[in-house]
Amino acid sequence: MKTVIAKDLVKTYDKGRVRALDGLSLDVEEGTVLSVLGPNGAGKTTVVRILTTLLRPDSGSASVAGIDVIKNPEKVREVIGLSGQYAAVDEILTGYDNLVMFGELYHLGKKQAVVRANELLERFSLTEAAKRPIKTYSGGMRRRLDLAASLIVKPKVLFLDEPTTGLDPRGRQEMWGVIQELVKGGVTLLLTTQYLEEADQLADEIAVIDTGKVIARGTSDALKKQVGGERLEVVVEQEHVAKTLEIVATVSGNKASLDEGLRLISAPVSTGSVALFEVLKSLDSAGIRSLDVGLKRPSLDDVFLSLTGHAAEEKQAEELVKKRGRK
Amino acid sequence: MSAISDVVVITRRQLLLLTRVPEVLIFSTIQPVMFVLLFRFVFGGSISTGQPGGYVQLLMPGIFVQTVAFTLAGTASGLAEDMKKGLIDRFRSLPISQSALVIGRTLGDSLLNIVVLTVMGIAGYVVGWRPSAGLGNVALGFLFLLFFGYALSWVGVLVGLSASDARVVQNVSFIVTFPLTFLSNAFAPTTGMPRILQYFAEWNPVSTMVAACRQLFGLKNQFGATAGSFPSEHPLTTSLIYMVIIMVIFIPLSLRKYRNASN
Repeated sequence: MKTVIAKDLVKTYDKGRVRALDGLSLDVEEGTVLSVLGPNGAGKTTVVRILTTLLRPDSGSASVAGIDVIKNPEKVREVIGLSGQYAAVDEILTGYDNLVMFGELYHLGKKQAVVRANELLERFSLTEAAKRPIKTYSGGMRRRLDLAASLIVKPKVLFLDEPTTGLDPRGRQEMWGVIQELVKGGVTLLLTTQYLEEADQLADEIAVIDTGKVIARGTSDALKKQVGGERLEVVVEQEHVAKTLEIVATVSGNKASLDEGLRLISAPVSTGSVALFEVLKSLDSAGIRSLDVGLKRPSLDDVFLSLTGHAAEEKQAEELVKKRGRK
Repeated sequence: MSAISDVVVITRRQLLLLTRVPEVLIFSTIQPVMFVLLFRFVFGGSISTGQPGGYVQLLMPGIFVQTVAFTLAGTASGLAEDMKKGLIDRFRSLPISQSALVIGRTLGDSLLNIVVLTVMGIAGYVVGWRPSAGLGNVALGFLFLLFFGYALSWVGVLVGLSASDARVVQNVSFIVTFPLTFLSNAFAPTTGMPRILQYFAEWNPVSTMVAACRQLFGLKNQFGATAGSFPSEHPLTTSLIYMVIIMVIFIPLSLRKYRNASN
């Protein structure tokens, strides 16, 4: 069953001059994770805002857990959790205060709200910081608290808009761990990200979007295949570079290329591990010890580049859309 | 009934914020108290009133009104701040009454006014303010002030939600509120103003509020320009009409703005 469905969503700003969404359609199967991947300004936040009832599309339709987002926003709000791009919690209040307040707003009743707040603080390793104002928290802690706030009543569908943007590597790792735990618990999750690695790590399926449209979708593997096969890569000492180039070219039957700085020789191969074995054998009989050798499948960066013709770069339109979006 | 409990939770949040940042409360009280002292001792000596008890009797209602008028700025900048931090989005994505956040905010700001007015009243008493009316009328005067602040708070909601930046909100509210409180009978007689400003001051809601409070506190409104005009003859009625008009216009506008906060 499709838990989230968006169909032909269009949203324009500035009297139609900025098309944030240009007929975007996507869906998420129950209990799975869809990652909406795209550069800044592609329309990620706009989709999330429409699906979470914060924004009305100009045209198109959307439903969450079978409920029409445009006709029944109140009902949708009862089944979703949203954690936005910035930690939307009260900085002055403590983590505990925030969670209790949100619990009460979910009509848990004071007593139950307190119990739930403590549970969540525990689960997200925030018990120690519970009584401190949020403004003393690190970026990662804020995000975890924000996520906790969106889980007060176990939502059927969770929306995470760029959950790790702005976090340092450690904060990101922690956040991934938390999200993976959630996913194991069986929540349906729509996650936006501009990090290809993040989509790769967390999602069952990826929808790549650019300029307000989905330009490709599928599993991470499928998308990588779409871009092309594997590359064989060997790193050797400087003195062996010339000979190695020769060997790789012979085995792969393709022209081998060289990254001089890394002393990395690579070539596309169609026979996978067989080619790898052949190269290793030839290097061995030539008396060359490889420093690093492997088969590399294209990264999602490569996917993006080959799908859009441009790298996953920032766009100025994003700023405009965001500014408008706040109003 | 869950709408009411939502409002209660949000109002409590406002109060909790005040206890967590006592500076806000302290500074929102210091400023009006400072005005009381400055006006009392700087202008008090040179403005003759012929009123028993002197200038401070006329001054206090003026400063009370000025202070509650600044509720507009308080509500506006608070909401703009929530908006910037994404808190409004979070609240709007919750299954709660869509007006709870703004109603709770306006109520919380009114509760703050109670504290501020109390402190100011005490400061006024210390420097010689003695309302001559009975307790009932004085209490009614304060109720009037709170109601006026509440009405303006709704203007603040619209300003706060419409602005792009919290700092802009501060400035805009200041630019609106400051002339309004000075182009009035709050601090000096309007008779010295150019004719056109006199008319403005006559009908200015701040003037009618000040005149209403003076009346309720047992004074003759001496700073009015033209005797016999409707607002100066009926300050209570005029003020009430103003407050109702403000609320009738701004409550629906603000709530609509909130519901479409991101469209």
